[in-house]
Amino acid sequence: MSQTVSAPPAATRRRRRRLRTLSRRDVVVATLMLGVPLLLDLAFIWVPALASVFLSFTKWTGVGSITMKSCADLPSAPGIPQPGCLYGVQNYHQAFTNYPDFWPAVRHNALWLAVFLLLATPLGMLFAVILDRGIRGSRIYQSTLFLPVMLSLALIGIIWELIYSPNYGLINTLIGHNHNDNLIDWLGNPRLNLWALLVEASWRQAPYVMVLYLAGLKAFDPALREAAVVDGANPWQTFWRVVFPALRPINIVILVVTVIESLRAFDLVYITSNGNPLRGLELLSVAVTQNIVGETQRIGFGSTLGVVLLVISLVPISIFLWQAFRREEQR
Amino acid sequence: MTTTAATTPARTSHPPATPARRPRRVGSVAAQMFMLVMSVLWVTPIVFALYVALRPVEETNKLGYVSLPRHLTLANFANAWTQSDMWRFFLNSVYITVPAVLITLLLASMVAFVVSRLRLRFTIPLLILFTAGNLLPQQVIITPLYRIYLAVHLPDWISGNGLLYNSYAGLIVINISFQLGFCVFVLANYMKTLPTEIDEAALLDGASLWSRYWRLTLPLCRPALAALATLLTTWIYNDFFWAITLISTGNKRPITSALANLQGQFVANHNMIAAAALIAAVPTLVVYVLLQKQFIAGLALGSSKG
Repeated sequence: MSQTVSAPPAATRRRRRRLRTLSRRDVVVATLMLGVPLLLDLAFIWVPALASVFLSFTKWTGVGSITMKSCADLPSAPGIPQPGCLYGVQNYHQAFTNYPDFWPAVRHNALWLAVFLLLATPLGMLFAVILDRGIRGSRIYQSTLFLPVMLSLALIGIIWELIYSPNYGLINTLIGHNHNDNLIDWLGNPRLNLWALLVEASWRQAPYVMVLYLAGLKAFDPALREAAVVDGANPWQTFWRVVFPALRPINIVILVVTVIESLRAFDLVYITSNGNPLRGLELLSVAVTQNIVGETQRIGFGSTLGVVLLVISLVPISIFLWQAFRREEQR
Repeated sequence: MTTTAATTPARTSHPPATPARRPRRVGSVAAQMFMLVMSVLWVTPIVFALYVALRPVEETNKLGYVSLPRHLTLANFANAWTQSDMWRFFLNSVYITVPAVLITLLLASMVAFVVSRLRLRFTIPLLILFTAGNLLPQQVIITPLYRIYLAVHLPDWISGNGLLYNSYAGLIVINISFQLGFCVFVLANYMKTLPTEIDEAALLDGASLWSRYWRLTLPLCRPALAALATLLTTWIYNDFFWAITLISTGNKRPITSALANLQGQFVANHNMIAAAALIAAVPTLVVYVLLQKQFIAGLALGSSKG
């Protein structure tokens, strides 16, 4: 590892002392303990992530190998599969201009994020704040609300289909729209289905945020709140002026979780549409996956959509890393 | 994880002035009402699914789901179990979840031990590498990963078809790699809070690095490991995306992703699909009843940094 690299005198001395305490066998063991997991992480996470970037500049059906030649230089005859070739920014150009699913997908992901940020997450925080005040029965409330967090999204999609069922479902029966002449197709109508899924997703997201936020509130120093109360602040002011600012770290974690969960949204759409594309439910994550399934694979184009997702997700990831590691950097 | 209400001191220290008490009582009644309504709303989908699953499809086709029951029966559960390979899917889930959880915890604790005890120069970049890997949306890496899985050949005794693609091994590996980041992050933070004196004493006694890890540090991490094991088991059991994209053969899929196949198979009988989904939820419901505290403790460890 880094022990052999020369360093400033004080550090060198310390490191030498440390080196003496490690036998050669210890060094081998430490290298393996670090090396094996690192290799796995690199091979299956970071190599594919970087390969995504490279492949996004190629055109490849997955048949044959990738040549390092420009696609324009290769003869293309209809019926004969072209080997992979360099395609420049053509994939990006196609995605932004004439791929019909792209802008709907971006819009839907943005809407997903907006609903999470403005409704589901604040609702979860409200649950947490109420429960943290120790009202009667808070443990029962917490357990009840928490149940969806344990369930898989596939299962959530299935049980909500019963609620939304046009003829038999709970909602249409309650509002009297369960007759064949006035059915509301919550999951099939492209203008409704995303909203229907957002209700399902929020049903799980709100209690997830609740649990995270409760953990933060438990660590909050009650003396601060008491001081605010003594100073005459009402509960609303106490929360926004004292508690919320003091919980900045957990607020950032929740913000990051919210953004990333809305970029990852996939399972609910897949279950609801039985794995087929469904109008109204286009998402970036779904579009990526559609390019690797089926007869004609578009590895280059699929990677391009993946890179778009990567670039967007780097924002919340950087925020999280900055929040989590900045204090140690100063040490 | 004992939870004491944090507000008690604030309430008792403040002499209850008569005008101030009234709004608080009104507030707490409102809070009770709100939480009651929300809790009812929150359990409705699950109770409703259970209710539908307990009724024959012929009856609900006639009366709709929102109607009083003529028959309540477990037939849907029994049929869902016998008319599909459910036991197989459950077994697949066990084959994948158990090794994935154990290996993830082993590897993550090794990384966490090395970075928290040896003070290497690259500690922070290393931790960033692992943590960021876990935060990526899975779809960012799926396209190249899919090609890698089709290109890597395995001996036949590991994978039936000779590829990483469509094999238990492949699914185990990606679950490990993906969850490593989170566990390294949590365990490295946890180990930093452990007192270093014991470790230094062992060092003076000439204990090897491995025994300092295996005999000293790991036992001290038991609470964190238990919480993480609960979280990981639930997450990997609930995984849908990796299994849908990296396993093509229906009967090799673990139960959560097999629900997609069952949905197609039982398409004429939604009551039976609901029953199948509820059967698939049993292991997570067991965790919910018995290990909820562990699960929440795991989430708390991940979100609060020491």
